[in-house]
Amino acid sequence: MATIEVNGKSYETDEEGYLVDLSTWNEEVGAYLATTEQVNMTEQHWEVINFLRDYYNEFQIAPAVRVLTKAIGKKLGADKGTSQYLYDLFPYGPAKQACKIAGLPKPTGCV
Amino acid sequence: MAAEFKTPEYRPFPTVPEMQPGAMSHLKPFVASEAVQTNIGFPGKLEEGWEGRAIDKMGELLGKYRSLKVFMDSCVHCGACTDKCHYFIGTNDPNNMPVARQELMRSVYRRYFTLPGKIFPKLVGAKDLTKDVLDQWYSYYWQCSECRRCSVFCPYGIDTAEVTMAARTIMDHIGQGQKYSNEILGKVHKIGNNLGLPGPALFNTLEGLEEDVKEDTGVDVRFPMDVKGAEVLLVTPSADFFAEPHIDSLIGYAKVFHAAGVSWTLSSYASEAGNFGLFNGSYEMMRKVAMRIRTAALELGVKRIIVGECGHAWRVAYAFWNTLAGIGAGANDPFAIELQKQLDPNCKQPTHICEYTWDLIQQGRLKFDKEANDHRIITFHDSCNVARGSRMGDSPGGQFEIPRNIIRAVANKYYDMSPETIREVTFCCGGGGGVLTDDLLELRVKGAFPRMEALNRLKEDHGVNFMATICAICKAQFTKVLPYYGFKMNNVGGVHQLVSTAIVLGNEH
Repeated sequence: MATIEVNGKSYETDEEGYLVDLSTWNEEVGAYLATTEQVNMTEQHWEVINFLRDYYNEFQIAPAVRVLTKAIGKKLGADKGTSQYLYDLFPYGPAKQACKIAGLPKPTGCV
Repeated sequence: MAAEFKTPEYRPFPTVPEMQPGAMSHLKPFVASEAVQTNIGFPGKLEEGWEGRAIDKMGELLGKYRSLKVFMDSCVHCGACTDKCHYFIGTNDPNNMPVARQELMRSVYRRYFTLPGKIFPKLVGAKDLTKDVLDQWYSYYWQCSECRRCSVFCPYGIDTAEVTMAARTIMDHIGQGQKYSNEILGKVHKIGNNLGLPGPALFNTLEGLEEDVKEDTGVDVRFPMDVKGAEVLLVTPSADFFAEPHIDSLIGYAKVFHAAGVSWTLSSYASEAGNFGLFNGSYEMMRKVAMRIRTAALELGVKRIIVGECGHAWRVAYAFWNTLAGIGAGANDPFAIELQKQLDPNCKQPTHICEYTWDLIQQGRLKFDKEANDHRIITFHDSCNVARGSRMGDSPGGQFEIPRNIIRAVANKYYDMSPETIREVTFCCGGGGGVLTDDLLELRVKGAFPRMEALNRLKEDHGVNFMATICAICKAQFTKVLPYYGFKMNNVGGVHQLVSTAIVLGNEH
């Protein structure tokens, strides 16, 4: 297990840098995790992160990529409801990279 | 993020690669934590006395599986397998030659289980099982995707995959499991699928798909779940509910069922076709995963079990479900007998979704607008465990013909890749057998090299822009590695994604 330091507080992460206890997440931690992924957070990024967290709170799992693109499209306009838009924001893949920044567990399996 | 590495460069003529000893010795997947290990009944970590326990386990496996003993004894080091492994071709590391990979176990076998090895270990190349040897095992037995291409070329028919499975079993039993596979097995036992998608999330996703298909086609295509009394139970990899492009094939299956007018259902309890028990060679684990499907089938009272696009799942379903869980002929415990009575004897049990769709096409029950796929110039990637570990239809080679027949029935533009890279000698996608994890990305990119070379030739000759496949791992793997080789991530997709694009709905019956 590893830890990260944000604003003088330490948080536990797994080998891959995912937060172990998602209830300890806050925006500063999210912003820090984004720097470890070389993602420059903008308002558009936070829209996705907030949606992921809301969805997780309801379903205990990250949304399917399709559910995410649809929700973003509804909220921000059809041109943004594409996986290309999400990959532009999170180049390593919206599921894994955005989940990490949102403090959610990594999606596992054949994905 | 993964460490830096160099993507192999396309070669004008594929030749046997020059060896670079130790080129991949730095790479090993994350070791499973104590919590992950104990959660599925394995020792938490490597503890004193592990050497003895490892040898005991090896002895047990050698006694239980005659095949393993034969594979240990019969290799003559002829070298026929050396350049057949995609990982050797992509990494140049001689330990990724199948014969050398097996030798890691064979040298230990000789030391503890043969007379010359016990008396004159040095003379016969026998080795003690030390920590260094174990580290090599962990590194290189997790650089094998158990695709069995090497076995096709072995004059003795040695199944390297089985040797890899044995090594992984031994390591699991001494507390040195792999995080990726063992974490996933824990999720299946607890939640029912590899992703850990709980029932409500599945319902939510399926509802969304019904809306989408209605919007696209104007037709009410249903995605039913947990419907008792349905005729068909569809068991598919959970990636089909979650990932791109997988989900497009799920939509394809639903449209086929709709067009056929059959009542079908998914199960939230058995929401995973994939069986990671195969990867670490654990019979008990494989059985536990398979039993969920039997439980769901009995509970829902279905007449037929159909398996979605998933390579390893189909091998387990086709070859092992009958004796593991009584799905198919062979098993004779009371629940298996009950299930046999329940399932329709006129259907193949289980049936692959491609067999099902192809049957309907032959009966003229599906209509297609082939031009809808005209923006795609298509090829087909045979997935290793379908190609070499199972079959479809009623004649030999059905697993090669049926998916291709479907593609030709739904699309106009199709080309095969070079014959030495498809069908029974297909190259693995590079992500199978439990290596589809970010910590092994370097291996995955390099292992995809031979497949990428074959695809690139088709791209240059015919402008091919879509590689269809019937495996969730292949789809996820290619989505990730295609960009390393100058392709787009959406140049890969499912066979039923093509079906979905072309199928004409709305005027059934």
